[in-house]
Amino acid sequence: MVIVRGVRQSFDDRVVLGDLDLTIHQGEFVALVGASGSGKTTLMRLLSGLQAPDAGEILVPEKRTTVFQEPRLVQSSRVWQNVVIGLQKSPATKDLALKALDEVGLGEQAHAWPATLSGGEAQRVAIARALVRRPQLLLLDEPLGALDALTRLNMQALLSTLCAKYQPATLLVTHDVDEALLLADRVLVLINGIIAHEVIVDSPRPRNVSKGLDTQRLNILSLLGVTTTKTSE
Amino acid sequence: MSEDNVETGVLSAPKLLSQRPRKASWSFLTRILLPIILLIGWTSLAKSTLIPPLTLPTPLQVGSELKGMYLHQHLMSNIGVSMLRAIVGLALGAGIGFLLGLLSGLSKIGEEFLDATLQMLRAVPFIALTPLFILWFGVGETPKILIVAFATYFPMYIATASAVRNVDRKVVEAAKTFGLHGPRLVKEVIVPLATPQILTGLSLSMVFSVLALVAGEQISSQNGLGFLFAQSQAYGRNFEVFTCILLYACMGLVAATFVNILQRFALRWRKGVAVR
Ligand SMILES: Nc1ncnc2c1ncn2[C@@H]1O[C@H](COP(=O)(O)OP(=O)(O)O)[C@@H](O)[C@H]1O
Ligand SMILES: [Mg+2]
Repeated sequence: MVIVRGVRQSFDDRVVLGDLDLTIHQGEFVALVGASGSGKTTLMRLLSGLQAPDAGEILVPEKRTTVFQEPRLVQSSRVWQNVVIGLQKSPATKDLALKALDEVGLGEQAHAWPATLSGGEAQRVAIARALVRRPQLLLLDEPLGALDALTRLNMQALLSTLCAKYQPATLLVTHDVDEALLLADRVLVLINGIIAHEVIVDSPRPRNVSKGLDTQRLNILSLLGVTTTKTSE
Repeated sequence: MSEDNVETGVLSAPKLLSQRPRKASWSFLTRILLPIILLIGWTSLAKSTLIPPLTLPTPLQVGSELKGMYLHQHLMSNIGVSMLRAIVGLALGAGIGFLLGLLSGLSKIGEEFLDATLQMLRAVPFIALTPLFILWFGVGETPKILIVAFATYFPMYIATASAVRNVDRKVVEAAKTFGLHGPRLVKEVIVPLATPQILTGLSLSMVFSVLALVAGEQISSQNGLGFLFAQSQAYGRNFEVFTCILLYACMGLVAATFVNILQRFALRWRKGVAVR
């Protein structure tokens, strides 16, 4: 569970987050969309404790992990060691890593060096690294943004499965409205430093974005200032 | 060319932009080529009349000098003594340089506290310290080892500090969010990633250790390569002087080989990715 109350953050007098409130319940999957530079990453960094807010209150569970936009693997450690980085070392740790890698379909690359992986593979390692800790809060900062469309579709399905299985409270930052609708229970729109809108997505899973979600999609896009003319659809 | 080319334009295989892997045997030949050329040049110079006679031995004469030194002057044990001094001094100097470099590279306070002083000390030529070290520490092993340590701490300090500062901050940040901090963060993430640059510092330190050894062993030594060197100079045995110089060069080669092996082991993760 996450509670954010009245958080403010400015850089050099420029207000990025102003009086932001946010609540995420246990097991809930929330997507956050917003224009580039709107402060999404800043909010993530505040939630993961990488920086402190100028004002406001942030309450997060102790067990929380992050998947960044880039994989951020430690190049000098093997893939499986990256998965269990920071965990207490014991013979069981390696098994844990191998199981987690199997889950993301990378069991065979467990002993490879990170530098030899493709972008999608490296990002899957990053996902395994985040989930192996069974977090109560999972922070995803545009985790699939840098991947090609095909890999992204596969990874969306993977994320959906794994989050359903382990039920962490999840906050997914994305600029892909379809992705948000596909995965989230709730889509939040960040504008001018506050959560300006909230869209509940209650269609049953697994979802198909091309079916039934059109109105919500257009709704969110127009909230983001994207004008789509009905005739061109 | 075939008919097709008229329509599609001339096609060709793309030019290979990376270096082709080299056969081990060719690599070896390439490595020893320049030494062989030097050897030939040296021999012809020694046999020529361009330089005063009896000042430069031929390679064969160096061989017989080595044999003589081996039989009558305990060459091997003297080299052993010198190597030991270099290694102990280097371990001390490079070890201290590494630790201070970590402090200065990892913490702002460390940098503020240490950097100016160490930069200043570096400017002191270690040869100038020799007489002082004799006064302070006598003529035993201590001053010789300390001179080597003094000469070797700095390359290691500066390399470690900048290496640690240059480690990808995004990766360090990620490691922190996964619960690594303090000594474990340094040991498992920062130092391994900084190793390439740190090893460059180590190889420089090794070169300096040989240089400092020459100076340090001038201190009334009873043994060591420097002792042989000083004796042959004192008695005007030019061929022996030259042989000693060659032996110092060989110690440099041994050091370089050592770092090379270390690099291969420590940087396995860059294999195939490193830009040469
Ligand atoms: N450390 C910083 N110093 C100054 N400005 C920053 C800093 N971090 C972020 N910003 C600014 O805050 C704004 C929001 O950034 P960010 O949260 O990264 O946006 P995004 O929503 O694209 O993730 C941007 O305009 C960025 O320039
Ligand atoms: Mg961002």
